[in-house]
Amino acid sequence: MIVDKVSDAIATPKVLQPFAELGLKKDEYESIREILGRRPTSSELAMYSVMWSEHCSYKSSKVHLRQFGDKVPMNDSMLVGIGENAGVVDIGQGWAVTFKVESHNHAPYVEPYQGAATGIGGIVRDIISMGARPVAVMDPLRFGDPENPDTRRVLTGIVSGICGYGNCLGLPNIGGEIVFDPSYQGNPLVNALCVGTMKHKDIHLAKATGLGNAVILYGARTGGDGIGGVSVLASETFSADGPAKRPSVQVGDPFMEKLLIECTLEVLHAGLVEGIQDLGGAGISCATSELASNGEGGMHVWLDRVLLRDSTLTPEEILMSESQERMCAVVEPGKIAAFMEVCKKWDVEAVVIGDVNDSGRLTVEWHGEQIVDVPPRSVAHDGPVYDRPYARPDWMDSRNAAGPENLVRPSSAAEVKQTWLTMTGTPNLASKSWVTSQFDRYVMGNTILAQPEDSGMIRVDEKTGLGVAVSTDCNARFAALDPYRGAQLAFAESYRNVAVTGAKPLAVTNCLNFGSPEDPAVMWQFERAVTGLADACLEMGTPVTGGNVSFYNQTGDVAIHPTPVIGVLGVIDNVELRTPMAWGRDGELVYLLGTTRDEIAGSEWAHAIHKHLGGSPPLLDLQTEKTLAEILVAGSVQKLFSAAHDVSEGGIAQTIAEMAMRSGVGVNLEVPASIDAFTFLWSESATRAVVVVPQNQNDEFLWLCASKSFPATKIGEVDLSSKSIELAGVFGETISIDITELRAISEETLPRLFG
Amino acid sequence: MTPRVGVITFPGSLDDKDAARAIQLAGGEFVALWHADADLHSVDAIVLPGGFSYGDYLRCGAIAKFAPVMEKLVDAANGGLPILGICNGFQILTEAYLLPGALTRNDHLHFICRDQKLRIENNTSAWTSDFNVGDEILIPLKNGEGGYVADEKTLDELEGEGRVIARYLEMNPNGSRRDIAGISNARGNVVGIMPHPEHAVEKLAGPSTDGLGFFTSLLKSLINDGKVSA
Repeated sequence: MIVDKVSDAIATPKVLQPFAELGLKKDEYESIREILGRRPTSSELAMYSVMWSEHCSYKSSKVHLRQFGDKVPMNDSMLVGIGENAGVVDIGQGWAVTFKVESHNHAPYVEPYQGAATGIGGIVRDIISMGARPVAVMDPLRFGDPENPDTRRVLTGIVSGICGYGNCLGLPNIGGEIVFDPSYQGNPLVNALCVGTMKHKDIHLAKATGLGNAVILYGARTGGDGIGGVSVLASETFSADGPAKRPSVQVGDPFMEKLLIECTLEVLHAGLVEGIQDLGGAGISCATSELASNGEGGMHVWLDRVLLRDSTLTPEEILMSESQERMCAVVEPGKIAAFMEVCKKWDVEAVVIGDVNDSGRLTVEWHGEQIVDVPPRSVAHDGPVYDRPYARPDWMDSRNAAGPENLVRPSSAAEVKQTWLTMTGTPNLASKSWVTSQFDRYVMGNTILAQPEDSGMIRVDEKTGLGVAVSTDCNARFAALDPYRGAQLAFAESYRNVAVTGAKPLAVTNCLNFGSPEDPAVMWQFERAVTGLADACLEMGTPVTGGNVSFYNQTGDVAIHPTPVIGVLGVIDNVELRTPMAWGRDGELVYLLGTTRDEIAGSEWAHAIHKHLGGSPPLLDLQTEKTLAEILVAGSVQKLFSAAHDVSEGGIAQTIAEMAMRSGVGVNLEVPASIDAFTFLWSESATRAVVVVPQNQNDEFLWLCASKSFPATKIGEVDLSSKSIELAGVFGETISIDITELRAISEETLPRLFG
Repeated sequence: MTPRVGVITFPGSLDDKDAARAIQLAGGEFVALWHADADLHSVDAIVLPGGFSYGDYLRCGAIAKFAPVMEKLVDAANGGLPILGICNGFQILTEAYLLPGALTRNDHLHFICRDQKLRIENNTSAWTSDFNVGDEILIPLKNGEGGYVADEKTLDELEGEGRVIARYLEMNPNGSRRDIAGISNARGNVVGIMPHPEHAVEKLAGPSTDGLGFFTSLLKSLINDGKVSA
């Protein structure tokens, strides 16, 4: 093996280096030479290339993401903000919560099972590296046309991967999304969210402090998986007869991850760790440069000490490997033995690979030869920043002009009923239980609510009942029609879903999935969506605590719909007060909270029945959304609701159908006089929820709504003796929909397509 | 003296804390046992929890069988100590030959998590004495390898000797022979069950509190046997 040493880089300045093959632009390569005052060694080039990649450096998004920090509303609950592995929020009683959603979009298209599995692994390690115990996961997923045979390959593989990895970790899977749209055909989205809990005192950060402290790499051995572009270096430039190019998709071992969780929490709680960082994208390069950059001095690494799965790996490959289930800890010399003892208990291999020094440099040595000597900040934080051109594309005019006004609507009672049955079985609205029943929602014994409820709810403290609720949402069609409002609508839906269950919305995470940032139209969508979300968070007083950007979700020139998935976390003082979605007592009054307008653009009805996308998305007034949430939370505290459910995709028809199917109990409804049956059932106006009020709470409930001047319309009553939805006022008739039939339609779709 | 019930944690055990919670809610004292510690710490009964011991590599429960703690456990089981294996724990008990048969891949080849109805078939075991035969209970089921299989002779024996503890009702979620959800050994002290009673002990966090009966049964039988005082 020929190793390119620092001395070689000085001696042979003119060697041609494959920077372009590694994804670096000419000027980026030049600036590396400028930083170092010489050409980089092959190992340094490898490090810079991955750390300056879009994925690690956020070079195209940074200028816009700053808004989240700049606009973060004053909120005492933020304990750790953006920039760390995950933000941390105070939820009271000495407890803190960390949560984050991340993308793992590209790998699962190539290799669905491992791609999805390692997506969970990565986000879970982000959470444990904050010092928190992971307590739940959720998966916002997007797939292509459900009838396309390749969707079956992708979906079944991804679901198996989440199942195989997630179930084995012992984390309840409490929610997420499954959405189909042809725009994701070649670019499925696999986002993964993890929630962790900890006591305030247990918060840990990723920094290497303390001269002489040891840097310990522990967990799985380093192998050749996930190396990607760096094999260009290893196989093309420096050793032509070296190992073949290796697969770029990592392979996960959930059992090792489970051991890593327990081992990490034990060393953290025993006070054995000064700083900690997980290894994800860019592997050792990322962990060492970020730890050193966040710390106060320098770091020296003996790379040949890294435990390997494959002894033929080159130093460049070791630096770049994205082998899963690895962590890096900074440990005081006096505590190394105790640290190793814990690792041994959990059968986790660990080795000291470096130490913290005051050189101000990150230096890496390979069998006595210096192969890296760089300022760590230049690798980890001072990468290139691009303010890429963005412009509203011309085609937005025609898209917004082509509204849904002329789409043929059902015009008789029989057509309304048929539309209702058809809509219930469309892939986007149909029951997702074929997928979610493959995930363990019970493990840990603290799951209070899980899908198909509006948000997942976890009990944090068994003694006091303190809990958190989390939801993720995004109607990307709205974002395609108006990325600014679309992002706000996604946020509003998620915010509402948390409030519907009785939790007070507190903080926001996001996974921003977009096409190529090099396309000014996509960049415009991105800029608009970020601005929309930041403005909404400012107005609602809910800070963005962290998130992730995924660009290049496009095939050829065709980008996915802009998909800003928004996660909202709320807190509930006592989970006993949670509001479920199923009604169940005779004579309960069914109310619609909010105002229904003729807003069909981007709706599920327009998509499913007419394959139509055009016009402008529903209006959104954030102050009204806030008021609705206040009513929903107050109603939970005052026990005014026996059930509640948000109105979103599929309109009120879907909300009512889901509540009826969940409970199995019938309901008698009437279309309000002020509105036509179609608009009432399928409009997707924002800021609405259906609440179910026991008769003896009716006065209290009406007083609450009146005190906030919020519209509440009584639309019917629960009928324990009935097994159907009866809706009067449909073109002068009453339609009757049998709940058993509805459920059969809802539950048949996914098994038919993918079972 | 409060009955002391041990829960063994193997690497990859997941429902150990849930088992501990169920024991405490039933009124027992929970004692943590560790796979590598060949000592049962004088517990009065043991729960082998659900999960993926050793990643379920090779075969579910196959590696756990060789854990240092298991040698003591087998001796104790043969001596009459009440032992409950839930899910992965059931798999371990069959691998250790404390219970007959085996748990195989679900017939539909998918992991399944659902609220499962069961009928209690035996109320003479250490873990089911608090039920009535014919009781219908609803507890979570979550497994990928939960299909109970044994040869016909063994199945006949299990049924003939009243050693089928519970059967699946309404639907068989994994292809188990004769809808068997749980069985006991001949003496009735060792019970294996595929669904999870420990996830149905609190109204808020489970579909029912029906699972608590397994743990209250144990505490009562310990008291009745004079192992511990009331």
